[in-house]
Amino acid sequence: MGFIEFLFTRNQMVLRLLLEHIWLVLFAIIIAIIVGVFLGLISAYYPIISKIILPFTQITMTVPSIALMGILIPLVGIGMINAIICLVVYSLLSIVRNTYTGIKEIPEEYIEAARGMGMTKRWILFKIKLPLALPVIIAGVRTSIVMIIGIGAIMSYIGVGGLGDLIFRGIARTSRNMILTGAIFVSILSIVTDFFFGKLENYFVKKTS
Amino acid sequence: MIRIKNLTKIYPGAEIPAVDNLNLEIGEGETCVLVGPSGCGKTTTLKMINKLIIPTEGTILIDGENVLKVDPIELRRNIGYVIQEIGLFPHMTIFENIATVSNELNWPKDKIKDRVYELMELMDLDPEIYRNRRPSDLSGGQRQRVGVARAMAANPPVMLMDEPFGAVDPITRGRLQDEFLNLQEKLKKTIIFVTHDINEALKMGTKIAVMRGGKLVQYTSPDGLLAQPENEFVEDLIGGDSTLKRLHLVLAKEVMKNPLYVARDSDSIADIKAKIGDKPKSKIYVTDSENTLMGYLPYAQLKREGSINSLIQPVKAKIADYTRLSEALSEMLSVGNSMICVVDDDNNFKGVISLQDILDTAKSESEIHS
Repeated sequence: MGFIEFLFTRNQMVLRLLLEHIWLVLFAIIIAIIVGVFLGLISAYYPIISKIILPFTQITMTVPSIALMGILIPLVGIGMINAIICLVVYSLLSIVRNTYTGIKEIPEEYIEAARGMGMTKRWILFKIKLPLALPVIIAGVRTSIVMIIGIGAIMSYIGVGGLGDLIFRGIARTSRNMILTGAIFVSILSIVTDFFFGKLENYFVKKTS
Repeated sequence: MIRIKNLTKIYPGAEIPAVDNLNLEIGEGETCVLVGPSGCGKTTTLKMINKLIIPTEGTILIDGENVLKVDPIELRRNIGYVIQEIGLFPHMTIFENIATVSNELNWPKDKIKDRVYELMELMDLDPEIYRNRRPSDLSGGQRQRVGVARAMAANPPVMLMDEPFGAVDPITRGRLQDEFLNLQEKLKKTIIFVTHDINEALKMGTKIAVMRGGKLVQYTSPDGLLAQPENEFVEDLIGGDSTLKRLHLVLAKEVMKNPLYVARDSDSIADIKAKIGDKPKSKIYVTDSENTLMGYLPYAQLKREGSINSLIQPVKAKIADYTRLSEALSEMLSVGNSMICVVDDDNNFKGVISLQDILDTAKSESEIHS
C-alpha cells in the first residue's frame, strides 16, 4: 500500500490522534504559561529567588524526557497527569527565562516615568511591564510549544495517545507508512504552530516599539 | 513654595555625597533651573523632590508640608514629571499616554477625554489626527510635547523637568523652549528644571541654581548670574560672551520705541508733509486703519504728489515682539539696517528698535550691576 493510499484509508484515525496531540500540548502549555510567567515575575522582582528558580529550570532540561517520565511513574503512575507534568517541566525554562529577561530588559526610563507619575506597583506591572515584556514572553512560549509538540510524541509511551501512537505502533509493526504519517504530522503541527506564534510575536513587537 | 533645607544624599557605598547640604527656596510660579556639569547632583536633587530618591538627610517642604511624610503615590500624582522623550510608553497611543495619570485618579471617561483633547490642542497636536498614533510615529519635537502634556494632565501646581528638551535637534529645541515659555506665562506653574546647557538655563529660568560636586555654587536671577558670577567656575560655565547673552534675556517689546512718523495708507503726501514739518528726515512707516504694517515711504519720495499707495515699499527688517534682543541684533546685521520694525503675531505695528537702543540696553544693563 502506498503512503497516500494509507493516509486516505486511515484519515479518521490520523485526525483523532492529531486532535489528541493538540489537546495534550495545549493543556500543558496553558499550565506552563501560568506557572512559568508567575515564576519569571517572582524571579524578576526578587533577585534571591531568581538564583534558585533559574538554575532549577535549567537543570530539569538536562533530564531526558523518558527518564523524567520514569521518575514520575511511582509518584503519579502512567497516563495523562504524568505526561502533562513532563511537558510543563520542559516548557518552563524558556517561559520563565523569557519572562525574567523581558521584564529586566525594559528600559529604566519607562519604569521611572511611571513611578514619577505616581503609578502604583501593581499598575506598573500590569500596564507597563507585562505589556512591554509580552513579545519576549511570547517568543519563550513559541520555543516551548514547538519543543513539546515533539516531546508529546514520546508521551504516547505512557498511554496518552496522540501522534506518537502512530510512530510507536509503526515501529512495532515495522510499518513505514505509519511511522512516516506520525512523523510528518508532528512536523506539520510544529511548523504551523511556529508560524502562528511568529506572527503573534511580530504583532506585539510592532505594538511595543 | 518649595523649600529645600540641608538636603544631603550619600549613595550606599559612596564616600562623597551626591548632594551636599543643599539649601534652596523656590517661590510660587518661579522656574528654577538647576544647572551644572554631569555628576553635580542636579538630577539627584530633582528626584528627591518626588521621592524617587530618598534623601540621607534634610527636608523638602512643598507649601509647608514635608514630602518625606507624604505617601509617595499621592505626592507624585500632584507633581508633574517630564523626562527625556524616551519616557513615553511605546505600547500606548498618544491619548493613553496623556491620560495615564487621570486614569489612575479614576476620572470619569468624559472628563479624561476633554482634558486630553484640551492638552493636545494646547500642545499644537490635532487630537483627531494624533490621538490613536503611537509615540514611534511622532517626530522628536512632537514626542517632547506629548511628554509635557502628559505631565500636566492632572493640572499639578508643581512640575519637575529633567532635560525635557535634551533629545531633539537645536532648531526644534529652540521652538519648544519658546512654546513652553509662552505656556508658562499663562499657567504660572512652579517649575524645577534640570539642564547642563547654560544657554537653556538662562533662557528658561527665572532663577538659576549653579551646582558643582553636590554643592550650590550660586543661586540668583539669570541676569544676576551674567552680571556677577560668583567665581571662576561660574564664569567658565557662562563663557566669554556674557554681554551678548544678556541681550538674549531682553525681549524686543521691552526696548522698542514709538517711531517718529506713522502714516495711514489713506493719507496723501500733503498730509504727511504737514505732519513732518521741519522735523528730522527719516523713513515714514505706513499702516492701514487696523494698524497692520503696510510698509514704509522713503523720505525722498515725498517730492511727488497725490496718493501714497503706489509708493509704499515693503519692510525687510521686521521681527516679532517676543524676539530676543540678541536675535533682533543679528537680524539687523543680516539685513543691513540700523532700524528694525517690531510687530505682533497679527502683523500689527508695535514699534521700532534702533541700533542705538540696543547699545544703550547693553550699557545700562552693565551699569545696574557694577
